[in-house]
Amino acid sequence: MSTQAVAPQLAEAGAVAPEIPFNKKRKSPLKIVGTIIGYIAMIAVAAFTLLPFFWMILSSLKPNNEVYTVPIKWFPSVWQWHNYAAIWTKSNMTTWILNTLFFAIIVTALQVFTGSFAAYGFSKIPFRGHNVLFLIYIATMAVPWQAYMIPQFKMIAAVGLSDTRWSIILLQAFGAFGVFMMKQFYDTIPEDLSEAARLDGLSEFGIYWKIVLPLSGPSIAALAIITFTNTWNDYMGPLIYLRSANLWTIQIGLKQFISQYNADYAMIMTGSVISVLPIIIVFLIGQKQFIEGIATSGMKG
Amino acid sequence: MSDSSSSDVAAVGADLAAVGEAGAVEARNKPPEPQRQKGGKMDAKAISHRNLRNGLIFISPNFIGFILLTLLPVLSLFYIAFTKWSAFGMPVFNGLVNWVRLVHDRIFWQTVWHTFYYSLVHIPLTLAIAFGLAVLLNSKLKGRGFFRTVAFMPYVTSMVAAAQVWSMLFDPKSGPINQFLKIFVGDGNVPGWLGSTKWAMPAVIIVGTWREVGYYMILLLAGLQTIPSELYEAAELDGANGWKRFWHVTVPCMRPTLFFVMVTLTIGSFKILDLTLIMTDGGPGTTTEVLAQYIYSVAFDNGDYGYASAVSLVLLFICMVVTLIQFWYNNSKED
Repeated sequence: MSTQAVAPQLAEAGAVAPEIPFNKKRKSPLKIVGTIIGYIAMIAVAAFTLLPFFWMILSSLKPNNEVYTVPIKWFPSVWQWHNYAAIWTKSNMTTWILNTLFFAIIVTALQVFTGSFAAYGFSKIPFRGHNVLFLIYIATMAVPWQAYMIPQFKMIAAVGLSDTRWSIILLQAFGAFGVFMMKQFYDTIPEDLSEAARLDGLSEFGIYWKIVLPLSGPSIAALAIITFTNTWNDYMGPLIYLRSANLWTIQIGLKQFISQYNADYAMIMTGSVISVLPIIIVFLIGQKQFIEGIATSGMKG
Repeated sequence: MSDSSSSDVAAVGADLAAVGEAGAVEARNKPPEPQRQKGGKMDAKAISHRNLRNGLIFISPNFIGFILLTLLPVLSLFYIAFTKWSAFGMPVFNGLVNWVRLVHDRIFWQTVWHTFYYSLVHIPLTLAIAFGLAVLLNSKLKGRGFFRTVAFMPYVTSMVAAAQVWSMLFDPKSGPINQFLKIFVGDGNVPGWLGSTKWAMPAVIIVGTWREVGYYMILLLAGLQTIPSELYEAAELDGANGWKRFWHVTVPCMRPTLFFVMVTLTIGSFKILDLTLIMTDGGPGTTTEVLAQYIYSVAFDNGDYGYASAVSLVLLFICMVVTLIQFWYNNSKED
């Protein structure tokens, strides 16, 4: 009972989904059954997806010895709300969160600025060689970071920037993703618009700033939310680059905390909830942009 | 910053150059040729010159960073993979030494196998579930917006927290998963999950799938929504049932999206690193150590950067081949 144990109920969704009616002019009994199975599949998958979250939150509020019990105990006998107060003194959570916020904000700003700027160049200015240059971007997007993390690390170390804030900023801020995503959007803005502005004597920068940028609010928001989330959740970058504890991000700090308090399960879950909560909130607020951003650009990481 | 260097361009074609710059007054006095129309030879040259300059100005903040931090590291791999490079000093060319070592490196082949094991189960599993859910969400069920959000949540959750929770859920004795499975298979037959050489990888795959299904579901859903509903209506008039409509309308229309998703999914599977690093650290033994993690440990634990680069080049090569096969396959089907 391994993968298969969980898979069948999920796989059902794949087999059943096509039965769902695409138009509802007449409903045969078969279609009604299909709809019902569709709902069951949806509920089953949602439950499976959310279960770890529920378990994490409930465990964070339990006395430590109630996290692992046979038979399983879902709700704490006494709600340990003070876990959430205690963790701030037991760990450097404040430092980690502030560091992570710093990185996430700087990286997001740079990614949005340089990304949208470059995307305008690629999309709206037909300069010689722009196809070739853009092709280079696309080609390297297929190269996983894991394949070139070593030369990148050695280069950043060679100029003395490893174990500084710069390392993480440089690592994250100039990715091809922002350029690609914004170009996808700019390509949908009609050429006539910038053409007219050019005839009116607006400079290229003026067109970008006064016409294209105001139109791209949702795309900018999507890019910003995606970049913020990525930077917040990044583990490998800070793991490789940041040695000094005062620079640690929430992910590195949490991992350290877990190994330090390896039997204090309730406290570990408290830390995990705190590390996940901000990003879930950001996601829930901007989920429309986030999901549409992923759907239109489709490339990430 | 763009105005300072405009004088040389202005010398070639003053009026046209002015259009793109701040010279609004000039442009109004003398209406310029619309850009795309065939102007004089000089004008075209001036436009292309000006476009080149403006284009480079716009892309350079990102492009310079991109060249230095991405392109250069990628290209340098092709050299470093043929060098001996330890923690200190510079890389020293050593020909094929790394590659001979690679061929005889048992751990390397093991990690390749583990990577393929992960991919071969993770890819079809994720694709099937994600496609099923995307089709489900594409139908007019109530609450699908909520469901879409829920399914996507694992993807925005950090790996550290996710791996920790799942490790606890997988606890062989008192973890909720085995307490549930016990009902069906009895106390003695539950898997040992992360502590067992046989079940550690399936556990990793379950977490990987849980995490990524929502992401691929969104990509596939985006593809589904571009299929015109007339196609379904026509198929229905022809008497095609749901299953037939799925195979003869949905699947053919989704081919480009499916292949894009396949490539992303495959590359994503080949490069997994943080999942196994955090959840199992490659263990127990080396049963879940994957290719990218081997790169990490050879470089950062052993300080053997030259050899790690050779392994990196293999990973890069695999991902390139996957991409090329996809493009080739896609093009051949197009005809």
